Amino acid sequence: MLAVLAAATRRGEFCALIDASDALNPQSAAAARVDLDRFLWVRCGEDDPRRRGDAGNTHSKRQNAGNWMKFHNRDTAETRLEQVLRATDLLLESGGFGLIVLDLAGVPQQSARRIPLATWFRFRRAVEHKPTILLVLEQQPIAGSCSSLLLQLGVLSTHSELTPKGSAVRPAHAQLLAALEINVELVRSRWERKPARSVRFETKSAWAG
Amino acid sequence: MFACIYIPNFAVAAALRAEPELQAHPLAIFEGKPPLEKIIAVDENAGKLGIAAGMTKAQAELCPALALRPRSVWQEYSAHAALLDCAQSFSPVVEAAACDTALLDLRGLESLFGSFSRISRAISGRAVALGLNANVAVAANPDAALLAARGFPGSTIIPAGREAEQLGSLPVGVLFSDRLEGEARKSADAFLETLHRWGIQTLRALAALPEVALSERLGQPGLRLQQLARGAASRTLVQVEAPLVFEEAVELEHPIVLLEPLAFLLNRLLDQLCARLASRALSTQELRLTLELSNYTGMEDNWESAGIPSESDTSDQAIGKSSRAMWGQPPKPALSEVEGAARRSETPRLAGRQTKFTRSLRLPLPMLDARVFLKLLQLDLQAHPPGAPIVKIHLSAEPARLRSAQGGLFLPPSPEPEKLELTLARIAGIVGEQKVGALELLDTHHPGGFRMRRFVAEVARKVPQKNTPDSEQAQSAVTALRRFRPPLRAHVTLESGQPARIVCLKKKEAQGEVLWKAGPWRFSGDWWERDAWARDEWDLALKNGESVSFYRLVHDLLGGAWFLEGMYD
Repeated sequence: MLAVLAAATRRGEFCALIDASDALNPQSAAAARVDLDRFLWVRCGEDDPRRRGDAGNTHSKRQNAGNWMKFHNRDTAETRLEQVLRATDLLLESGGFGLIVLDLAGVPQQSARRIPLATWFRFRRAVEHKPTILLVLEQQPIAGSCSSLLLQLGVLSTHSELTPKGSAVRPAHAQLLAALEINVELVRSRWERKPARSVRFETKSAWAG
Repeated sequence: MFACIYIPNFAVAAALRAEPELQAHPLAIFEGKPPLEKIIAVDENAGKLGIAAGMTKAQAELCPALALRPRSVWQEYSAHAALLDCAQSFSPVVEAAACDTALLDLRGLESLFGSFSRISRAISGRAVALGLNANVAVAANPDAALLAARGFPGSTIIPAGREAEQLGSLPVGVLFSDRLEGEARKSADAFLETLHRWGIQTLRALAALPEVALSERLGQPGLRLQQLARGAASRTLVQVEAPLVFEEAVELEHPIVLLEPLAFLLNRLLDQLCARLASRALSTQELRLTLELSNYTGMEDNWESAGIPSESDTSDQAIGKSSRAMWGQPPKPALSEVEGAARRSETPRLAGRQTKFTRSLRLPLPMLDARVFLKLLQLDLQAHPPGAPIVKIHLSAEPARLRSAQGGLFLPPSPEPEKLELTLARIAGIVGEQKVGALELLDTHHPGGFRMRRFVAEVARKVPQKNTPDSEQAQSAVTALRRFRPPLRAHVTLESGQPARIVCLKKKEAQGEVLWKAGPWRFSGDWWERDAWARDEWDLALKNGESVSFYRLVHDLLGGAWFLEGMYD
């Protein structure tokens, strides 16, 4: 995701990340050379203004005990999803962004599957004739046939030896998480009707040089 | 040549500028303290109904169709400022002859605006855009232009040398402003009475009087009036440097408590402000909204019953609580409330202590779009309600140069600043103000060393693509950390001082035997501050089903707790 963002900002495009689980590490973004001046970060989470407003004083709590309890009982993931979808709608409507990323990877699958298919169709319609890429990160495919390209990513291993056999175990302080090997599989593409292909690449940690 | 912009019936014009919907109604302006309020100005419709200046308010109220408004100094101040803006949008040499009159020097403007008739039409059009119906006259000297503007409706052009002929049909009353007060008014009335006794009704008759005889009877002031009547007076303009202050205000007879009627009034004020800024070729980068609030305990019970939580921004917490409740309520008939507030002039002003509520709207770029401003103010007020009924609205704009930007054909698209600002304000309303914006890394090793700043879509600059080793390196992917916010508490079993097993109750997949570990990497900082921090970081591999996941484990050396801070992706 950060590599895609970095490439888009390098092209001079403005990018937005709608972060459902507020998981972005700013240092990683900087290490990936994302142009932070062209990068809009929307952090969804539990800091909902409506909740903050409700939590103002004891009078309010007494008056709205019912509503307050309802809020607490609601799944926080659903609240985040609601924020994500509304923010995405607004950003797509605003226009002018080259890349909009929806990071739903931290949202439980059960909640993510509740997003109605009509929403994905709406998003697709919104970006169909615009120079905007909508990239959705999710644990399982949930956008169905609305997606033009479906990629599956997975971590294969690390260059460090996980379970060395027959060799002396190096101490922990001599180990370094230098790189991760990522496997990318092209599951489906709207443009190419070819069997699934996969490709492997490495991601280097910022401190590995 | 000189032009004069004159606003006839200024008090009524100022009221109509503030409430344009009153143009269809007979209108009278009153002044004074109850119960001695008197009518000071009426519009044409009210005049046809028999309403005249000098009547008491009680007498005027017998006419049910009549709209009565108190004289508002703020409205007149704004109308005068708009008049000067109109004049200064055409010429840099402007004299504020009176609150309802502006004179401007037109010399050298033909090459810019065209003929004088075209200039006078343009001035009239600009005045209408600013909410003022003005008489415009152009003449060879300022006083002739002034008399023509006072006497002739619409646009008038007096060719040089024909002033006496053109002005001759005007009544002698135009020599004196109808807004004179005190001694000046008495003196003017005395002059007029004398002239009437002599049978002098028009300027032509006054101009024809013998100078010596007139001088013997009326002295130098009489000769001065005769020169004016002949259109022969000559003088230079007293140039006024109008400060670049853009303020509009409205005082309400009846307090308003809902957002919709407030938006209705804000829309009107913003339209006026933007028209004034546009006339000066300016935009604004900061809007300041000041609301005067009234604390009226009689309404508190009703608000309590609304039962919606509140958070007061004013000093009076009790009133703040109850009033915010109304701001969150579904809209009631908004326009009727405004009109009711304005028309029920007999409603006594609510007693109570008044407080001020101020909101400032700073924009990343200069803008001039009343609709965008209105939406931004609405969103801001929804997030920060005033907390009490509003009795006065004051809106000011900090002028700034117009934004000059031109997009390139071959540059990537960028968000429109106005649209983007609205979108960001709406998203801030959904996720919170501090949760949307651009990233800024701080010069610290602290893991949370960043802050959110305002996202500004500057004009896209094309970044050259260079195939240098550096750019190739930049294109290689970086192992990213997905942070858990807040970090997840973990129970760690140590072996030889190193984590061997992890249990994390909040993340079931992040537990089990540690397959691989690297560390500890020790960090500390801010030891000279209260919030000092010191920690050991470990990179771990844990089995996750059939695959392996990598996590960052943190040991807080000051608190002693273990946390899972994130997952490598």
